[in-house]
Amino acid sequence: MADMKIGAYICKGCGIGDRLDCGQLGNIAQREGKAQVVKEHDFLCNADGVATIQADIDNEGVNHVVIAACSRRAKVEAFSFENVAIARTNLREGVIWSHPDNGDNQELVQDMADDYVRMGCAEVAKMNIPEPNENRGSNKRILVVGGGISGMTAALESSKAGYEVLLVEKTGELGGMAARLHKKVPNVEPYADPQDTGVAAMVEAVNASSRITVHLNSTISRTSGAPGQFSVDISTESGSTATENVGAIIQASGFTPYDPASLDKYGYGKSADVVDAVGLEELARAANGGAIKRPSDGKEVKSVVFIQCAGQRSPKDGQLPYCSGHCCNTSIKQAMYFKDANPDVDTVVMYTDLRTPGNGEDFYRSAQRKGVVFTKGWPMEVGSDLNVKFKDVILNEEVAVKADLVVLATGQVPNSGVDIEAEGEAAANSQEVSILNLDYRQGKDLPHLRHGFQDSHFICFPYESRRTGIYPCGPVRRPMDIAQAVEDATGAAMKAIQAVENASQGRAAHPRSGDLTYPLFRKEGCTQCKRCTVECPFGAIDEDEQRYPQFNEGRCRRCGTCMGACPVRVISFANYSIDTVGSQLKAVDMPDEFEEKPRVLVLACENDAYPALDMAGMKRTEYTPFVRVIPVRCLGSVNTIWVSDAMNSGYDAVLLMGCKRGDEYQCHFVKGSELASTRMSKIGDTLQSLNLEPERVQTFEIAITDVDRVPQIFDETMKTIEQIGMSPFKF
Amino acid sequence: MTDVVATNETILVVGGGISGMTAAIEAAECGKKVVLVEKKPALGGRVSQLYKYFPKLCFPTCGLEINNRRTKMNKNITVLTMAEVTAISGGAGNYTASIKISPRFVNENCTACGACAEAVDAEVDNAFNYNMNKTKAAYLPFAMAHPQRYVIDPSIIGTADADKARAACKYDAVDLDMKEEALDLNVGAVIWATGWAPYDAAKIQPYGYDRYANVITSVEFERLMDPNGPTGGKLLRPSDGKEAKNIAFIQCAGSRDRNHLTHCSRICCMASLKQSTYIGEQYGDDENAKAVIYYIDIRAIDRFEDFYKMVREDKHVSFVKSKVANIMENRENGNPVLHGVDTEGYHRYANEHDLVVLAVGMTPNADIKAVAPDVKTDVSGFIQVAEDNGGIFGAGCASNALDVNRAVQNATAAALRAIQVVNGVAGTEA
Repeated sequence: MADMKIGAYICKGCGIGDRLDCGQLGNIAQREGKAQVVKEHDFLCNADGVATIQADIDNEGVNHVVIAACSRRAKVEAFSFENVAIARTNLREGVIWSHPDNGDNQELVQDMADDYVRMGCAEVAKMNIPEPNENRGSNKRILVVGGGISGMTAALESSKAGYEVLLVEKTGELGGMAARLHKKVPNVEPYADPQDTGVAAMVEAVNASSRITVHLNSTISRTSGAPGQFSVDISTESGSTATENVGAIIQASGFTPYDPASLDKYGYGKSADVVDAVGLEELARAANGGAIKRPSDGKEVKSVVFIQCAGQRSPKDGQLPYCSGHCCNTSIKQAMYFKDANPDVDTVVMYTDLRTPGNGEDFYRSAQRKGVVFTKGWPMEVGSDLNVKFKDVILNEEVAVKADLVVLATGQVPNSGVDIEAEGEAAANSQEVSILNLDYRQGKDLPHLRHGFQDSHFICFPYESRRTGIYPCGPVRRPMDIAQAVEDATGAAMKAIQAVENASQGRAAHPRSGDLTYPLFRKEGCTQCKRCTVECPFGAIDEDEQRYPQFNEGRCRRCGTCMGACPVRVISFANYSIDTVGSQLKAVDMPDEFEEKPRVLVLACENDAYPALDMAGMKRTEYTPFVRVIPVRCLGSVNTIWVSDAMNSGYDAVLLMGCKRGDEYQCHFVKGSELASTRMSKIGDTLQSLNLEPERVQTFEIAITDVDRVPQIFDETMKTIEQIGMSPFKF
Repeated sequence: MTDVVATNETILVVGGGISGMTAAIEAAECGKKVVLVEKKPALGGRVSQLYKYFPKLCFPTCGLEINNRRTKMNKNITVLTMAEVTAISGGAGNYTASIKISPRFVNENCTACGACAEAVDAEVDNAFNYNMNKTKAAYLPFAMAHPQRYVIDPSIIGTADADKARAACKYDAVDLDMKEEALDLNVGAVIWATGWAPYDAAKIQPYGYDRYANVITSVEFERLMDPNGPTGGKLLRPSDGKEAKNIAFIQCAGSRDRNHLTHCSRICCMASLKQSTYIGEQYGDDENAKAVIYYIDIRAIDRFEDFYKMVREDKHVSFVKSKVANIMENRENGNPVLHGVDTEGYHRYANEHDLVVLAVGMTPNADIKAVAPDVKTDVSGFIQVAEDNGGIFGAGCASNALDVNRAVQNATAAALRAIQVVNGVAGTEA
């Protein structure tokens, strides 16, 4: 590694030069920051400014660059230089824009700028230039678990992009639930009639593809490794096992139809002529376009009633609380099976809300044209004579209709494997069989989100799964129909391909896309407490035979939660470590107790809190000049040593600002904000033992829209400091 | 002159809303070169004009911040704003796309300092707030806009205001002589992600959108809640600026209707449920604060059922199963009066409200047929998945009526379809 040479570049544009003494900043960079090259520029982000910096990098050996100008979120393209460490000192949004000249704050604002330059130089001196992890894997084969429509789509779309695929299917046939359908809901114009499922053609395409290898009658008995280097054991029922290497995994394990056994109130089990949706498809396939016959006596069905939301949208124990999304369209399709064969068959669809979104509306209209009757009604009871009693909500009376056949539109139950977060009785009683058998310390399968589904928690990022390189798609992630499953599976294939490409280059996945850093672990200092292993939100850390944490860097999202958790501080990242933050907070020039200039350290998450501060600056919202803000990757990465160091250095308060926690958490690293809060509550004891008031350390949940709230929080903090007094640890 | 490097291994993404940004970012993070073309001056699209998302009631700024960051940091993406595609010729793996770039009159030197906006007097309709208020004629499209660059409205070019803007700029960023540019790009695949427009509510004659001030659309109502909106985050009604406390939501306004849009726009039920929670957020426990949702079917599909359940428990919110027949106005106080029949029990009603929100439908935005006539769209204008479309793929609401989550899934799928084409060109497929 070349000798470190720090270049500090101070921009005078955007009013920085007018408001601040840039000469003083330059002196500080040189004397205190040890920058060997210090330059000022009127307009650093323009072509000339950028060229000046690049020339110093190319010709003067500058390899650690401090850019004292606007926020790191601005002018990103201009200030991106290869193969150097860069620290962005926020003099614009963070200092002059948020501290307009009010006549008497010049000294305090200059203090802020001086400190930020010290911090930038201190930080960059501790940053190393990231190199891709040598242990990265370069396998680019995609594993698809599940051979239904979702799995087959994922396999085909991956293969069409040029990638090899392993497709593992539990049963003896490809096709999944869709293979049991007579026809499917149409997804092309005019959306009027049921159409061919396309399953047979898809199975043929999968079998014909030279890039897809299919394993039938097989399950995954063990998965280990990381993106680019997963190792999977594929086992058959007869006991043979093949071990294969893959780069990414798509879980398309589908759904099991809800067991209607408890729906005896609607006649299920009391009469053979009460069937569920799957049962109706079997009757339709047997009829093959002709008249559908009753199971009991083989007579043609002359009147059929569909009961929607059967065992769903229900708070009852043993029933499904959610809606399965497709069943209204499915019942319409099934009603058409009867009408298309014989328009005189009475078909009644009994619903609470008829849910046919998008072009499903055209399908609904087509059903009406064919004479299907839709009744908003709440079923009360179905007798063994198939007399269907219900409350007609429109007529507001109790009615009955006699049917030859009753179809219960039941829901989808995801095949999501073991609920690794279940506790106590629920865990003990679980009958679930694992889908992936992950050899991860944190559990065998992907965590569930709600109701057993493995959906992403994020609206904007549906493929942000909880295990890196593993993407659930299809009904296992949320209830859905075939059209959606095809789109979802294609998207999952995209992400799997992206995962293998990035894994081979050592690059992280979203949200820290492209990050080359990875946890560096100093094993000699480790006390095996396992806090890192347990707290990693993505299960990236396992345990080795000697009970030390084993880092699977490819599974890491680079949040730094492990670094924050480690009580002996043996974990770091090349350009983000205990030192990069610790040296910043210690670089601040701490006024003594008589100067009446408090110092508040703000550790601000880069995803929500730091942008909120920038936005306050853009809005020219003034806040106290006594804060010193350090952005962190996630509040989860905040190590308590930073807080104790801050307290020992004489800071009057420490504020941790991060994303929303709880059930509707916004943290992209799941629990960062929550972990910080827990760790800080433990610090309360330490503070008290030092005779420091616990109010000096506080944690806040901040959204980017909290542009006005953050300055208010600062003001309240200043008031608190006034009340409890300045820190006794100043010199 | 804008310099763009593009080959037939480049993917062109048309439209920089959440779907276009997603498609561009996902393809670029897979190592592909992407050109992202956006008609407006900034990326973000219609979701940047939302206050909150359903069902989490979280802020769109959070995802937008991350997508902006991923876009800024990825050298594979070239972003062209103020840009539209005027023609596409060729076939999969080898298209020529003609692009027109309208002048912004502000160049890359802009530091977003805001001096030009301060100097200028003239105002223009604020499109970001659906023209419900005005903004200076030199403006930043919205607070989180990326590219972070001001725009000068063409209406002041040649006036004294334009000169004031130029004089105020210390960075030589105001270029009043900027001209429209045209460029042709060679690309391998095209992702059409031009999004949607709210159905023109004025066409629904019985609802009086064009006659009554206090009948507004869902997208306009959303802006009222936003602190950056035309009323600073207060639910003040247009006619007299009074607080709107008794608010009616009319579902399927213009959708599921042979006279207007035949399709169901999917998002409107959830959007109204979301907006009904705004009443509680704004007015707390005030018993006079009410949201009444007039509906045909509440389409809170699959996992969204949880949200519907939560809203049903909100004491501010009630539901009437009825397609509202028409709206009249109480001339004395400007209150809209809804007329119709509550079909559960068949009771006629004449309900007076402070404000009516029409949950208008979704129409796909730009007409791709004008640019690429052979692309298959359905009768509503949504782009279909069809082999005949070659290397042109719809994404997001240009392909179907979708909520944000599904739109992003769809856009991610579109990115893969485009990659399949360019990998074919590169020979890494075959």
